[in-house]
Amino acid sequence: MAKEVAKKKSSAARGSSEYQLRLYVAGQTVKSRAALENLNRICETHLAGRYRIEVIDLLVNPKLAAGDQILAVPTLVRHLPEPIKKIIGDLSNEERVLVGLDVQPLE
Amino acid sequence: MKRSRNNAPRTIPKAKTGITGLDDITLGGFPAGRPTLICGGAGAGKTMLAAEFIIRGATEFNEPGVFVMFEENAEELSDNVRSLGFDLDDLVARGLVSLDHVHIERSEIEETGQYDLEGLFIRLGHAIETVGAKRIVLDTLEALFAGLPNHAILRAELRRLFRWLKDRGMTAVITGERGEQTLTRYGLEEYVADCVILLDNRVNEQISTRRLRIVKYRGSSHGTNEYPFLIGKNGISVMPITSLGLDHDASNERVSTGIPRLDDMLAGNGVYRGSSILVSGTPGTGKSSIGSFFAAAACKRGEKALLFSYEESAKQLIRNMRSIGLDLGPFERKGLLKIHSARPTLQGLEQHLVAMHDEVMEFDPTVVVVDPISNLTLEHEESEMKPTLMRLIDLLKKKGITALFTSLTTGKGESVIETSEVGVSSLMDTWLLLRNVEYNGERNRTIFVLKSRGMGHSNQVREFVMTDHGIDLVDVYLGSDRVLTGTARVAQEEKEKAAAELQKKNHERRLRDLSHKKTAIDAQIAILRATASAEEEEVRFINSQEDLQAETLVKNTERMRTIRGGANKAATDAGRKK
Repeated sequence: MAKEVAKKKSSAARGSSEYQLRLYVAGQTVKSRAALENLNRICETHLAGRYRIEVIDLLVNPKLAAGDQILAVPTLVRHLPEPIKKIIGDLSNEERVLVGLDVQPLE
Repeated sequence: MKRSRNNAPRTIPKAKTGITGLDDITLGGFPAGRPTLICGGAGAGKTMLAAEFIIRGATEFNEPGVFVMFEENAEELSDNVRSLGFDLDDLVARGLVSLDHVHIERSEIEETGQYDLEGLFIRLGHAIETVGAKRIVLDTLEALFAGLPNHAILRAELRRLFRWLKDRGMTAVITGERGEQTLTRYGLEEYVADCVILLDNRVNEQISTRRLRIVKYRGSSHGTNEYPFLIGKNGISVMPITSLGLDHDASNERVSTGIPRLDDMLAGNGVYRGSSILVSGTPGTGKSSIGSFFAAAACKRGEKALLFSYEESAKQLIRNMRSIGLDLGPFERKGLLKIHSARPTLQGLEQHLVAMHDEVMEFDPTVVVVDPISNLTLEHEESEMKPTLMRLIDLLKKKGITALFTSLTTGKGESVIETSEVGVSSLMDTWLLLRNVEYNGERNRTIFVLKSRGMGHSNQVREFVMTDHGIDLVDVYLGSDRVLTGTARVAQEEKEKAAAELQKKNHERRLRDLSHKKTAIDAQIAILRATASAEEEEVRFINSQEDLQAETLVKNTERMRTIRGGANKAATDAGRKK
């Protein structure tokens, strides 16, 4: 259903990913592109092989905005592990994204 | 300032709210295609007003709506409006209303870098398109300020939001929590410049009253007062204060008060239809009875009467009236009479007024009795009484309803009774004053017409007598020094009757004496007359005797002269001898 630009690194190998992330954007704006780039970079650096990203374009699927209570875009939602966390913004601050995702940065 | 409504050009298009009274004071509703801000403290009724705006829009004006909730969820809202008699779920199912619960949990949110609220716009746009909405409510938009840390972005986005709503021609209602110094805590009024409505819930004397005021309405005139409103079983009702000015019709028709002698006092025909009558008096002067007779008179004419009883329950009133020969029961069963009983302390004056308004609208009577108005307000709130009553009287006059208000007055001196009513009496067309007169060890009721506009009325004080077959007004005894009532009047009347009787007897006796005397005199006259005639006869007899003697003497003398021969000498001698 959702437009999936997902990178499924090693999800097949490990069964299910530890981190299930969903990025909500509204069209291909500067902010949304920046957010996706930042997210990919951070995940590759700190969560390599342990994540799955789903990107949802609300312009295509406006109905989905209500489900995760999306107001701001871009919004990154961490569905797993529980509890649900939301990070709004273009994810330009790596430190805060990691705090938001509750991820210990790898040195 | 509102007179121009007839000929002024319609400045801006308006969207009717359908809320009782609100369309009157906004002169047609909220500005169509523009945002309106409704602000007020917690529990002021913002959400209810907004919900009714959406529901009535969908059901009455064929304008589907979107209700975006930031605080409640859809289920809670449905439950809340169900208490006002609206079925929101049904409207959602029929595709007339879309509900969207926007929830922001600050603790879940982390903020990094640039973002905008396009997600919200998309949600709104989606909801609007789904139902083809013309109206939208954002309740309470300020929750965003608590949820989103970056207020600079938020404010910029809000500005964009209102622009966006206007571009889509959405008639929007935004609610906002009242701030300390400002209308809303986060200054929403700076974005919504078109129409701002302030709601207020004030507690006075332990009774809360909701009030509504239009702070501004760009491009339109509007009522500027504070209007009380009520959230009742049929939704919100706003009571406009005399918003239409004094332009109601004046009927020349007269209606009976139900008490013939009272009608006599009012130029013989009773009161004008559509006028208002105040009956004031101290406790136990018979105010309720006059009110009941007034209502019953309307029922007897086949008209509908509505009686607001704030002292007695309906059953008690009917029972008590039966004791003075008035049976209200049949009228009530026939549906001509409706008795609305409520405790005055149940709610504030304004709520009572709104309740009255609803009743009047529903029952559509020609006569309304309020017994008593004085109980509706606590004593030292006289100042509030007047505007409220004015509103009620205005409504009744507009509908051509004849109204009778009773008012309980307290106070010892006579002047107190009259001055304490000054506040409301100027609103009344006819004012009857009932007064207890205590004299000679008893209390009696008197009634008089203090004023009655537009008719010659009696200046007389009447005694007000209640018997088991009704009310009667009796002329009082106007003595040389004071007005007598009750037994004093009866005693005085008896006394007068006795005196008159006595006088009559005296007359008769005198006449009798006179005739007796006359008879006696007549008898005496007869006796005297008899005596006189007897004496007359005697005198005649003696005279005739003497004449006879004299004749005889002359004859004898002549004979003697003849016998003696010398007539002269003999005559002289005879004379000497004698």
